[in-house]
Amino acid sequence: MNDIVEKVVAGDVRTVARLIRDIDDGMPEVRGILKDLYPHTGKAYVIGITGAPGVGKSTLVDQMVAHLRKRDKTVGVLAVDPTSPFSGGAILGDRVRMQRHSMDQGVFIRSLATRGHFGGLTQSTRSAIDVFDAMGKDYILVETVGVGQDEVDVVRSAHTTVIVVIPGMGDDIQAIKAGILEIGDIFLINKADREGSDKTLSDLRLMIEMDHKKYDRGEWKPPILKIQAVFDKGVAEFIDEIDKHAKYLAETAGGLDFRESKSKVRQELGEMIKARLIEEVIDRLTESGDFDRAVESIINGKIDPYTACENLVLPIVS
Amino acid sequence: MKQKRRVRVMVAKPGLDGHDRGARIIARAYRDAGFEVVYTGLHQTPEEIVEAAIQEDVDMIGLSSLAGAHKYLFLAVVELLREKAADDIVVCGGGIIPDDDIKRLKESGVKEVFTPGTPLDDIVKWVKHNITPRQD
Repeated sequence: MNDIVEKVVAGDVRTVARLIRDIDDGMPEVRGILKDLYPHTGKAYVIGITGAPGVGKSTLVDQMVAHLRKRDKTVGVLAVDPTSPFSGGAILGDRVRMQRHSMDQGVFIRSLATRGHFGGLTQSTRSAIDVFDAMGKDYILVETVGVGQDEVDVVRSAHTTVIVVIPGMGDDIQAIKAGILEIGDIFLINKADREGSDKTLSDLRLMIEMDHKKYDRGEWKPPILKIQAVFDKGVAEFIDEIDKHAKYLAETAGGLDFRESKSKVRQELGEMIKARLIEEVIDRLTESGDFDRAVESIINGKIDPYTACENLVLPIVS
Repeated sequence: MKQKRRVRVMVAKPGLDGHDRGARIIARAYRDAGFEVVYTGLHQTPEEIVEAAIQEDVDMIGLSSLAGAHKYLFLAVVELLREKAADDIVVCGGGIIPDDDIKRLKESGVKEVFTPGTPLDDIVKWVKHNITPRQD
């Protein structure tokens, strides 16, 4: 086991690739390894990128990798794509836009499927971030489709959260308003050569200006940038904004090491407990057969699901 | 959650061949069979494919070629996997490939070759029978 930790810290690609799969597959052995890796984490800068399907997240990530590599920074990419709720399979296609970096030893790209496990996406993605961190990647880019609480939580745990939109999706912005607008540290309007980019810009600006009291208190004011990721237009300026945000975090918002941030540790520990509890409880109930018996009873009309749930859970937690 | 390991496969288009409809349909069939499918896109070198397969920890690489360079490209992938001590990753191929070449490819480490007209169900069944997710 220590052998694995050593290899990860030394940056061994095969070991890291296998470990991430073991994490994703919920292998119990990884817990010990993650414990031992923890002291080696806390150095990477994590950037979360989210937005609706088709706004250009993967293309943007590809350009970001190119820019960061020019600065001699090493990069880990976690690209999350949805699992089919019907078959359990997934097509992980984000690599298509990033393959030019696959021979670069300073870049590690890994595709993850959402898999639909109970709150597990957040957990396994965060563990994968820790692994990249421990292997010494300077930057870790996490890309998710911005739908569903899990995906939002994943990018929220980043140092800098980036929301990508495109012009002409007015209603889409309405949707984002309710969910993910408040988590954005930087907003990008990609494909900005398209009609309606000024309208999108003013919509976003209006939303952000409404929080002007926060900015008056010195809190970070999210910039909005028009970019064309596929032509690499505006990406350098975007990276500069990430630097500014990092500086803001370091100087005014309590530092860059997550492990020293009370709110991050609270959030992370809370999620860890949640995931572990569900895992332990469901495992116990399925192994004992109580779960299936309760399902039968509900179907046969012998019990209602609310009572069944209480009967299953309360004996375990009390 | 004690999860069962998922089969992870990669579908790749090596070389200059730009015909990816077959590869996409295969990718879709694999997804519908419950596999996790990493798709690399067009114009990949064997080196890029092998590096990506290692980073993604896949159980199998499915290579598609309709342009005639399959012998060189498929065997280059097999050879590189061997060099990198990653030859536990199974290599399969599909495309317009003459019978003589299929024989040669299989002798050299390509596990199976599917030609045009093979029903998707047969391909999926073959993968289910012959590819097990990494156990160690």
